[in-house]
Amino acid sequence: MKFTLSWLKDHLDTDATLDEIVLKLTTLGLEVEGVTDPAATLAPFRIAKVLSAAPHPDADRLQILSVDTGTGDPVQVVCGAPNARAGMTGVFAPEGSYVPGTGLTLKPTKIRGVASSGMMLSERELELSDEHDGIIDIAEAADVGTPYAEVAGLDDPVIEVGITPNRQDCLGVHGIARDLAAAGLGTLKTGRVTLVPGAFPCPVEVRIEDMEGVPALHARVVRGVKNGASPAWMQRRLTAVGQKPIDLLVDITNYIMIDRGRPLHVYDLARLDGPLVARKARAGESVTALNDKDYGLDETMTVLADDNGAHDIAGIMGGARTGVSAETTDILIECAYFEPIAIGRTGRKLNLVSDARARFERGVDPAFLQGGMALATRMVMELAGGEASDVVEAGAAPDEMRRITYDPVLCAQLSGVDVPADEQADILARLGFTVEQQSVWTVGVPTWRRDIDGAADLVEEVVRIHGIEHVPSTPLPRQAGVARPTATADQLVERRTRRALAARGLDEAVTWSFIPEADADRFGGGAHRLANPISTDLAVMQPATLPALLMAAKTNLDRGADGTRLFEVARRYLADGEQPTIGIVIAGTVKTADWRDGPARGADVFDAKAEALAALGAAGAPVDKLQIARGAADWYHPGRAGTVKLGPKTLLAEFGELHPRLAGEYGFKDRVAVAELYLDALPRAKTKRARPAFTPPALQAVTRDFAFLIGRDVAAADLIRACRTADKKAITGATLFDRFAGEGVPDGKLSVAVRVTLQPDGKSFTDDEIAALSERIVAAAAKAVGADLRG
Amino acid sequence: MMTDIAAETADWLARIAGAASSDAVEAIRIEALGKSGAITAKLKTLGKMTSDERKTVGAALNDMRQQVQAALGARKATLEAAALDAKLAAESVDVTLPVADRLPGRIHPISQVMDELAEIFADLGFSVKTGPEIEDDWHNFTALNIPEHHPARAMHDTFYFPAEEAGAAGPDAAAPKLLRTHTSPVQIRTMMNEPPPIRIIAPGRVYRSDSDATHTPMFHQVEGLVIDRDIHMGHLKWTLETFLKAFFEVEDIVLRLRPSYFPFTEPSAEIDVGCALQDGALKIGGSGDDDGRQWLEVLGSGMVNRRVIENCGLDPQEWQGFAFGAGIDRLAMLKYGMTDLRPFFDGDARWLSHYGFSPFAVPTLSGGVGA
Repeated sequence: MKFTLSWLKDHLDTDATLDEIVLKLTTLGLEVEGVTDPAATLAPFRIAKVLSAAPHPDADRLQILSVDTGTGDPVQVVCGAPNARAGMTGVFAPEGSYVPGTGLTLKPTKIRGVASSGMMLSERELELSDEHDGIIDIAEAADVGTPYAEVAGLDDPVIEVGITPNRQDCLGVHGIARDLAAAGLGTLKTGRVTLVPGAFPCPVEVRIEDMEGVPALHARVVRGVKNGASPAWMQRRLTAVGQKPIDLLVDITNYIMIDRGRPLHVYDLARLDGPLVARKARAGESVTALNDKDYGLDETMTVLADDNGAHDIAGIMGGARTGVSAETTDILIECAYFEPIAIGRTGRKLNLVSDARARFERGVDPAFLQGGMALATRMVMELAGGEASDVVEAGAAPDEMRRITYDPVLCAQLSGVDVPADEQADILARLGFTVEQQSVWTVGVPTWRRDIDGAADLVEEVVRIHGIEHVPSTPLPRQAGVARPTATADQLVERRTRRALAARGLDEAVTWSFIPEADADRFGGGAHRLANPISTDLAVMQPATLPALLMAAKTNLDRGADGTRLFEVARRYLADGEQPTIGIVIAGTVKTADWRDGPARGADVFDAKAEALAALGAAGAPVDKLQIARGAADWYHPGRAGTVKLGPKTLLAEFGELHPRLAGEYGFKDRVAVAELYLDALPRAKTKRARPAFTPPALQAVTRDFAFLIGRDVAAADLIRACRTADKKAITGATLFDRFAGEGVPDGKLSVAVRVTLQPDGKSFTDDEIAALSERIVAAAAKAVGADLRG
Repeated sequence: MMTDIAAETADWLARIAGAASSDAVEAIRIEALGKSGAITAKLKTLGKMTSDERKTVGAALNDMRQQVQAALGARKATLEAAALDAKLAAESVDVTLPVADRLPGRIHPISQVMDELAEIFADLGFSVKTGPEIEDDWHNFTALNIPEHHPARAMHDTFYFPAEEAGAAGPDAAAPKLLRTHTSPVQIRTMMNEPPPIRIIAPGRVYRSDSDATHTPMFHQVEGLVIDRDIHMGHLKWTLETFLKAFFEVEDIVLRLRPSYFPFTEPSAEIDVGCALQDGALKIGGSGDDDGRQWLEVLGSGMVNRRVIENCGLDPQEWQGFAFGAGIDRLAMLKYGMTDLRPFFDGDARWLSHYGFSPFAVPTLSGGVGA
């Protein structure tokens, strides 16, 4: 909402400076978003008089002017304007000034061989209008050298305020003035509007068929008007607040809309056939609106119609067919109350934004129909002439005063500000509320404050006007002692895992939760597709955390990175809910070429496995109970991927290489290691603070190595588990540390070396005991996976 | 005899001094002092001598043996030291060679700031709550006193799912599901599930269909809620002052409350904080009314609307409180100086390396929440 300082002062009698007004508006909750002073940009341009005008020797259309600029000798200006002539008064731009309309800073120049200094300006060059047929010709008396802004009345600062959706009453200058006056910044000048009596009965019938959408409809005819350009002062104000002047009659309705927050409409009576009817649109009906666009309507929308059908989208935009023109002589002024919800619904459906809609959908003052009509009538008669009819009224606006029970104690209870009861009553009265002070107050809400619907709203009004800066800073009561832990188990798991992965060298990414449909399809398909995505790239809620990370990883490689390791703590959005998930993507080089460790190595399945297990460990999963199995979801390499499970059912993670077909589709040349950890599946460890008693064994553990021949299809984990569990007491560890095939190893077999750790308890193992344990290990390996001890 | 011994001693010592290796020293030792060595043999003859002879010759022989023994030891040590020096010299390496090292990765600023928020608010007794991002209309709007057709809904550019995905609990079961436009639904869920008093913050992802230089369709918000008896706006102001002081690690924080409008709070206030523009960066602190300073909007807040309390099944006569909300991404930018929001969501390793945090920089109250 924009208005000018002088416009505000039409309503507010105040000595306050612009700065004081701006500050007060903001502290009242009418946030000032900008103040522009056009006088500042127009400062270099001053009134000048053309002393003489002589034809240019080499150009028919140019004249050589001698101009008195008010400083020093007259200057010579070459000018092409047809209206330039000796004796005229205009606006002069000196050398060095910046001309906003041309975007140029003036320099001394020669035009067709004749020196020219500065220029005489047109309105377009000052960005005041599109007028460029000639230079500005000032009719009224004005002293040479006076700033043009002052002469033209352009020294009027424009204030822009952000109006929150609850304050429809401040979508008019009058309402803003009322708030300022209530806050002690002056006196509200404009009071009740005197009605304008009619001179003859209204010749047009007015009828409401859609009482729900149009509770009240007032209209009157003014005949014998003369349309044309509105007066300069009106055009200046409208232009200043961003309204393009159209013609006098339209400008009057726009002016009253800004002035009072009251939209009105004028029809050309000659173009109306029959009565003015407010009704629902009929199926297939359409209206060409004043913006020259056609709008197809449906039966939920309210229109104004005559015998020829709908011609106006009620409360949103008038129609081209019945609008006024330069030839208009008789008009019908309409002043209506439209149902806010219906206006909003229609506006959204039609995707049609207008100043009238903005006001009607927030709810205009239902008690200001007659007032609005009177203002419009008076202004039309004063500026366009004519004679007004009686007002015809159909329906009734919901203008009864609502009453709220209020205990002034609530102010301190809710806001912490103790405003004396008398002052509270005074503030409310200044805002237009009625206050009946008994032990509990009954407060009447003014018709223009639709937003006030409870006692808390009254507290807000009192605090706002009294001054919100008086709200104290009151410590929130603390619990005694050290702050208690507040994080949940899930939150701790997330935090620990996140930092563990970063500590292992992965960068944490945050990516969009929505991905392209095609990517969702590659990873099991999206279960939640947006109805109104912002683009097709952000259309489907991700069913996996990998696609977005893969795109980021690819971008990193494209930017020249050798390798990239990313993870993200995010959610998968599945048909049965949102699952917290960690995604891991490792692409490119994982180990760079090194003088000690040899050539570079790219990512593979075991990088994914290492990170997945490390993350699960950090997340608190029972690492020694996890089971690794071959195979994972479709998007993994069928032979180079696996799952991590706890028991047969609980899937904790999948890891592996991205399926080479997908890797190709994402543009990767080499293997990409990926993993997903399903945090929701993690068992919640019961944390025991005290640990079981433990003394490190006095005797040293011993190791024994075994070389086995196993089938190529044997899972190493099965062999290791068999060795590890051959004796639950003595064996404390088993790992596979070497494997090879080739010379000396039969076809289809692998030679593997397993190191088993034996922990003596109490006394050292005897040779016989070690031999017996070895036999059990070999037997277990043979039984589990058919392993043969190599001789 | 005595002169012979002296000459012989000198001879041994000369030979020892000339030994070039440990092996040569050992050979001399065997030759002189071994079981059948020359000196050993001479010492054996002592037994056949008279006691007088033994006194003089014996002392001389023992002296010779000691001198030879000492010389052997000394020569051996010298030779061994030289050998070690030579070995170590041969082992020397170029220590300026680079070592391969895998550096830790970085924690995203949003996670870091969320941890900071959790830490600061834990000290004030607030726990962290989360909720679904695919929300129903009731929790995101209606329960928060934003009924259908309320103009405030136009403030939220909402992402919707097709109507067939509807079916949540609540009176708006038929309305399509949506992506939450704020984390405020978490306060509804908390009030409905937990008895007051309540002190929570709810950080998380939120979505609005808005995309330009300063808006992304996904961003992060933190919502705060206190429900108790006798809680008023003064407590709200103190809480936010305390939070902002701790978060920005600036003692001179000045807040300006500005009346505003949110359907779920009444009265409502936007919170501005004073700051100064220094070298192109905003520095939080001081009063925005001071010369060279300005006000910057950082939070929205207010007293929880009585209708919202009622909607959650609580009695507004008994319980009241405040709520506030802020953009986490924006808080991060203000604190850590990022000038552009969009790279937050790119996963660009270079950006993360510059703006991210060490995994070991865990925010704690004792260590400071500014990593």
